[in-house]
Amino acid sequence: MEITSHWRIKKQRYALVGEVCPHCAAKIFPPRDICPDCGDEAKDLYQFSGRGKVYSYTTLYNAPAGHEEQAPYTVAMVELEEGPLITAQLTDIDEKEPEVGMPVEMVTRKLGSEGDQGILIYGYKFRPVLEIA
Amino acid sequence: MMSKNNNKSMDDVFIIGVGMTPVGEHWDRSLRELALEAMTAARDETGAMRPEALYVANMLAPALSRQSHLGALLADFSGMRGIEAVAIDAAGASGGMALRQAYLALASGMVNTAMVVGVEKTTERVTAEVEAALITSSDADYESIHGVTQTALAAMLMRRYIFEYNVPEHAFAGFSITAHANGAKNSNAMFRRPIKLDTYTRAAMVSDPINMFDAAPVADGAAAIFLARGDILPSNLPFPPVRIEASAAAISAVAVHDRPNPISFSSAEITAQGALDRAEINKDQIDFFEVHDRFSVFAALALEAAGFAAPGEGWKLAESGAIALDGQIPICTFGGSKARGDTGGATGVYQAVEAALQLQGRAGEIQVANARLGLIQSLGGTGATAATHIFSAVETL
Repeated sequence: MEITSHWRIKKQRYALVGEVCPHCAAKIFPPRDICPDCGDEAKDLYQFSGRGKVYSYTTLYNAPAGHEEQAPYTVAMVELEEGPLITAQLTDIDEKEPEVGMPVEMVTRKLGSEGDQGILIYGYKFRPVLEIA
Repeated sequence: MMSKNNNKSMDDVFIIGVGMTPVGEHWDRSLRELALEAMTAARDETGAMRPEALYVANMLAPALSRQSHLGALLADFSGMRGIEAVAIDAAGASGGMALRQAYLALASGMVNTAMVVGVEKTTERVTAEVEAALITSSDADYESIHGVTQTALAAMLMRRYIFEYNVPEHAFAGFSITAHANGAKNSNAMFRRPIKLDTYTRAAMVSDPINMFDAAPVADGAAAIFLARGDILPSNLPFPPVRIEASAAAISAVAVHDRPNPISFSSAEITAQGALDRAEINKDQIDFFEVHDRFSVFAALALEAAGFAAPGEGWKLAESGAIALDGQIPICTFGGSKARGDTGGATGVYQAVEAALQLQGRAGEIQVANARLGLIQSLGGTGATAATHIFSAVETL
């Protein structure tokens, strides 16, 4: 059985589905039904492209319980090209030091596991935009 | 409201007793024992008055000690069955918010006496579990799930701040140096040695760009204050009462990425200005500012939010020594979270105790000269909740 709190937001985790405000055109992620910019109702779904750039990042070594196996890893706030900021791990960065402003794109990766059965949780991470050779 | 002739107005709220334990790793003391020690010390200063209400500030006990319902537990354990009691959770701002709840109850007249106790036992579990418990104060679905810690969130803010404002290397050193200089003279502080600049510049990274001296240690401790309305103040108090001139609380977006300008603390700004307005004073009249320096960048942001520095220039107050005990705006006078130690949800109550001691003239070697007005600010969830108070010294009759 999937853990319900993750199952409920699959579209956000796998497809970056948010909302667009019909009143002020603000793009909203994640969906929250009330536009944080103008305060009006905003329930029109909007799918983000997954492209963005690094707003800030850090590499952490002291992971919280449940993430220790991944450590060390790099987390970032990514500014999506449509406007909102999102928090996620950076992936496929190898030894390369990330930079503020670095272009990144969304990929789907394992975020972790939960519970005694170790049910896997998937979701978005961001990698440096892959150059076509 | 600031009474022009300093009369004890019947509706005013006063602090008439304070107590605290040292901050540290208290392996041999339980949550309730630590709380009782602080509560007893505060009550003793009042001549063992019994509060009508108890407000408990704590954020980690349910996760780390499998213990919730602390209001009832601590009132019961301290021999006060029958009073009203409740625990307040606002993450790291629990201390300031518990004080706020006590203030509201007393100012409304529904309660005549109250106690606020902050207590935290972070040493009950290993680091990874403590980090997991701490991060429950952030957005579970959109921040915590990605493995961020409070330190990582602060590190991302610090990096962006440095990037946007072109801040020089080691600009934040002064916050840690000041905190340790003051903590060295606080017998209850966790760290009691001053540090030099090169201690800071050579410190190991914790989560770049945050180094070991940019991040406060999180440990165990308890602090308590006893409050009473002006119309029932006992006449034989051993120390001058301290008046709460103003109280303000506000929240901003919980997730740092949801904030219009992540490198500013809007709730800190709203409440600092709100408190100054309610007290009818301006910031230049403030004699010291107990900021919540869980991370050095938060101290810079708090100073900017309260208007002591322009955005991006808070670090300059550290560099110039303006924040030192004898500077224009002393901060962390007892060592702050960095040197006294951060006690999670209890930190705001330690700040209140320390501010009261300053205003009562009981701070010894770390006394701010002529302290009349103190600003204290408790932050939670990377600045999402802010509870800001202004205390004033009152002349004894």
